[in-house]
Amino acid sequence: MSKKKIATVWLGGCSGCHMSLLDIDERILEVAKLADIVKSPVVDGKECPEVDICLVEGAVCAVEHVEELLHLRSKAKVLVAFGDCAVNGNVPAMRNWVGLQACLEKAYIASETGDNVGPIPSVGVTALLGRVSPLQEHVKVDYYLPGCPPSADLIFYVVAELLNDRVPDLTQGAKLKYG
Amino acid sequence: MTKIVTINPVTRIEGHARITLHLGDDGKAEKAYFHVNEFRGFEKFCEGRLYTEMPTITPRICGICPTSHSMASAKACDAIQRIIPTDTGVLLRRLVQAAQMMSSHALSFFHLSSPDLLLGFDSDVASRNILGLAAKDPGLAVKGIRLRKLGQEVSERLTGKKIHVLGVVPGGMAFALKEDDRVALLEQLPEALETCKLALDILKRYIDANRKMVDSFAMFESPYLGTVGPDGELDFYDGVLRWVNPDGSILAEAAPSQYRDYIAERSMDFTYLKYPYFKKLGFDKGFYQVGTLGRVNAASKMSTPLAQAEFKAFRSLNSGNPVHGAFYHHYARLIEMLYCVEELRRLLENPGITGMDIQARGHRNDTEGVGHTEAPRGTLFHHYRTDDTGSLTRVNLLIATGQNNPAMNRAIFEVARQYVDGNKITEGALNRVEHAIRCYDPCLSCSTHAIGRMPIDLQLLSPDGQVLDQAVRGS
Repeated sequence: MSKKKIATVWLGGCSGCHMSLLDIDERILEVAKLADIVKSPVVDGKECPEVDICLVEGAVCAVEHVEELLHLRSKAKVLVAFGDCAVNGNVPAMRNWVGLQACLEKAYIASETGDNVGPIPSVGVTALLGRVSPLQEHVKVDYYLPGCPPSADLIFYVVAELLNDRVPDLTQGAKLKYG
Repeated sequence: MTKIVTINPVTRIEGHARITLHLGDDGKAEKAYFHVNEFRGFEKFCEGRLYTEMPTITPRICGICPTSHSMASAKACDAIQRIIPTDTGVLLRRLVQAAQMMSSHALSFFHLSSPDLLLGFDSDVASRNILGLAAKDPGLAVKGIRLRKLGQEVSERLTGKKIHVLGVVPGGMAFALKEDDRVALLEQLPEALETCKLALDILKRYIDANRKMVDSFAMFESPYLGTVGPDGELDFYDGVLRWVNPDGSILAEAAPSQYRDYIAERSMDFTYLKYPYFKKLGFDKGFYQVGTLGRVNAASKMSTPLAQAEFKAFRSLNSGNPVHGAFYHHYARLIEMLYCVEELRRLLENPGITGMDIQARGHRNDTEGVGHTEAPRGTLFHHYRTDDTGSLTRVNLLIATGQNNPAMNRAIFEVARQYVDGNKITEGALNRVEHAIRCYDPCLSCSTHAIGRMPIDLQLLSPDGQVLDQAVRGS
């Protein structure tokens, strides 16, 4: 049997879920025996190969995130919403309450330490979306793995189950946990 | 006629990033633009929240250095309450902070940089990562993984969470350290110390063997900023801000609460990451470096014996003065990593560390507060203003990586001038540009490319957008 392929991707978030993935520590070597981590991180706008499992961290905050997510969906057999931002928008979606423009103006025009010379960035940077959204607003999500971040043990459990063609069960014990 | 080169590295530097180089008629780089492609808006959407929520919200700015954000935030809350954290509270804060610093530095060296040094800049890119290292030298890779793990474990044992630490609160800490946890952590320090020495040994041998490259790699002088204690010693948690000139003389010293008198930021049209600068020198001349090299160049000494010996050896490279060149961020980082292990021992052996007087209690006594601390990548500031009810009316966050933004841009420019020539892009040019970024270990340089690889798409474009040459590497 050929080795399975895993991709891990990061959209709008803090990378904490990926750090928690690294917190599986030496077990990363076990995962490497079962599967090739073919894409981590994924390159924006670049081809992702066909993969068995794709973990997607972060909320959808920018135009590039939408394009990347649609591309990943077309390549992944199992797409996992990886962490609270991917599942429900979480902290990045807090900006929906005040609006993108107000956030940009605060950061670049009315900043406490700003010298009021420069503009709001617009050249060579991705356009941001007015509304931050979770993955399932854009694509079908096969599996939800909440947590801010999900613990390393939980990530290892879910990845190991999926690699062994089983459906992870988060309903037992205290596995299912937000925050 | 100007040609434009686009490098799309997606190194996870503050999320997504790309580089554009503009080449002049002679085929040499004229300008470099480092585009940071991520923006979230914390400074606005936190308005209206209670200030005491911030130590829990702001770690979500970054999953690699969440503890630093929690720390700066709690210190801003201390200032708003005008209270002094308890002695045990401060010891515990220092403990989780040193642990996070060690973890982050271990990640940077073992997971990210050592494959370049040990497997070679020009080795097969498919295995130039921590898993490739594990295949070649499993013992070393596991040592690095375990060093990072120990740092994460401190946070977990004390606060119940490895990432997005809980319990750093106004007035101190919300959790006490249990004796069996203290002992369990102490027992792991000898191994950690050996790993740090091994890392230093590897790096020093590399520098000795490649001194010419190391000394010319993204070499430029700048002022440096770090936090120092009462005797000029490097301190992660607290102290005064010290800027030094390239020759080591003191440019300025200031209380962190005065940061606005010294630092200004300018937004640029091509990046979401602003350009901070030392105000009195102005925008054009005022860029300075923070982080490991900033701290080790700004400090007069280290407060632990092994780190002090390494510090002296390091500074002797430039007759005791600050050492310049992007590559030396690695060296400074390992000196700090060694210091972290010694500092963890000093803290864990302090009888006060298991005290129960962990938190001073207060309430809002001032309208505003500035909190500052040293994050792995540099000096971090949180500044809050509140209304009568304690709701935030204004939030200013000055992030560590931001302050290295102008320096990273400069480093890329220097490397591009040295290695990118004319219409042809070489693999070597790709590697070196990549490594210039990695020297700064920019936030979010991260886990992902630690286990994968850093994909790069470097395109040489003519003014009308035609691809003259292209070098693609990665997935």
